[in-house]
Amino acid sequence: MEQPLSRTCLYYSHVTLGAKMEPFAGFSMPIQYQGIIEEHQAVRTKAGMFDVSHMGEIFVSGPDAEKYVNHIFTNDVTDMPEGKVLYGMMLHQDGGVVDDLLVYRLFGGKGFLLVVNASNISKDFSWACSRAEGYDVLVEDLSEDWAEVALQGPEAENVMLQVMGLDVKDLVFYTFTELKWNGYPLIVSRTGYTGEDGFEIYGSPEAVCHVWKTLLEAGVQPCGLGCRDTLRFEAGLPLYGHELSDSISPVEAGLGMFVKTDKGDFCGRNAVVKQKTEGVKRKVVGIELKDKAIPRAGYPVLAGGEPVGTVTTGYRSISTGKSLCMAIVPAGYAALGTELEVEIRHKRFPGTVCKKRFYQTSYKK
Amino acid sequence: MSKTIEGLYYSQSHEWVKAEGNIALIGITDYAQEALGSIVYVDMPQEDDTVDVEQDFGAVESVKAASDLISPVSGTVREVNTALEDSPALLNTAPYENWIIKVEMSDPSQLDNLMSAADYAAYCETL
Repeated sequence: MEQPLSRTCLYYSHVTLGAKMEPFAGFSMPIQYQGIIEEHQAVRTKAGMFDVSHMGEIFVSGPDAEKYVNHIFTNDVTDMPEGKVLYGMMLHQDGGVVDDLLVYRLFGGKGFLLVVNASNISKDFSWACSRAEGYDVLVEDLSEDWAEVALQGPEAENVMLQVMGLDVKDLVFYTFTELKWNGYPLIVSRTGYTGEDGFEIYGSPEAVCHVWKTLLEAGVQPCGLGCRDTLRFEAGLPLYGHELSDSISPVEAGLGMFVKTDKGDFCGRNAVVKQKTEGVKRKVVGIELKDKAIPRAGYPVLAGGEPVGTVTTGYRSISTGKSLCMAIVPAGYAALGTELEVEIRHKRFPGTVCKKRFYQTSYKK
Repeated sequence: MSKTIEGLYYSQSHEWVKAEGNIALIGITDYAQEALGSIVYVDMPQEDDTVDVEQDFGAVESVKAASDLISPVSGTVREVNTALEDSPALLNTAPYENWIIKVEMSDPSQLDNLMSAADYAAYCETL
């Protein structure tokens, strides 16, 4: 029998708003409210908010917390200051990716918060626990106790101030603060997954419901997972299962800078060192098509008429109007300007390898 | 509830057909456009291409996904609605006023296998 879908604390708000709900990572999630295009534009030009309560929250504490996180995480948390956020991955021995995640160093010596993909929560948690032997740490999956809203867009900072009464203008990119809002403890980080300035707000389900309602009443556009994907795609950000996976390594995905091979040993290090020194056989590239036809995940990529790779994500980009995709291809075809073709419904469409960041991001650094 | 128009023929895959003599105008229904959301691209055949009953002849694409267009009849494409090349969203705003292709039917009796407006509306209710 199929597992019934989980619901986030905002489920009834989504249904009341008339959202199109679809199963995603075991949750019933809103794909769109008004429409993907309108919601995408709201985030690019004003502000939009996303229910991302399905994301996983794994907490690591104890005397060996720093050593342990450095052991399972590719980025370097040595002497990482409290209030800082780092992006990175957890790796298999062969360099394939268990998951990509954000690591928060909590205030007051409380250890670390690992924010992981919804689809990987149980896999990540059991993998992380299996690597904890010999470390004096407590690893807890508290995903069900935490909810999350992402407020994204050029007006996000102003909305935080005007609507929530929170002055976060001094919060720099990839840092966070812990604060109380209407009595609720919240974690607010200047992070996101859209290529725009913005914040991710974590709290109890009750707190996050209150945040969501307050933003909604102030007229902030609710945005579904549909435009979350079009936005992250344009910004060149990877999605686990597409541009990163058990079989696509960070080096292949062009994310080697988030793997600090000089920090000492960690899970997957040897494979990454080998890939960084010898080079990789495949790379994730951007491709811009000349035609209007739309490349989709799974479509074949051809060179000289022969299939050589596969589209990992593709769209008619809402911000640029171009037909764009990310694709995994042999390294020999990965140079900018390389001419490739994408096969779409038995027809071939020419395109050119381009940068994966299709849209100029505007982070507040 | 989605709209239907009397006098058209409807397929289970949500195409409509308007018969004008042995010419079939083929489009997508209101139910289909509603389910797809904002249509951003229509992949259409060329004039003089042949289409076969229950085979795909192109696709309509929303931001998220491509959906095959299935021909309700067999025949030869006589005209393609080129307005959809620049304005695919016409299929959202007026699905029954914007046909996608005109087909010269090789076997107009295939229309008998399609649904009436009332039957199609009832069929949509079951989905």
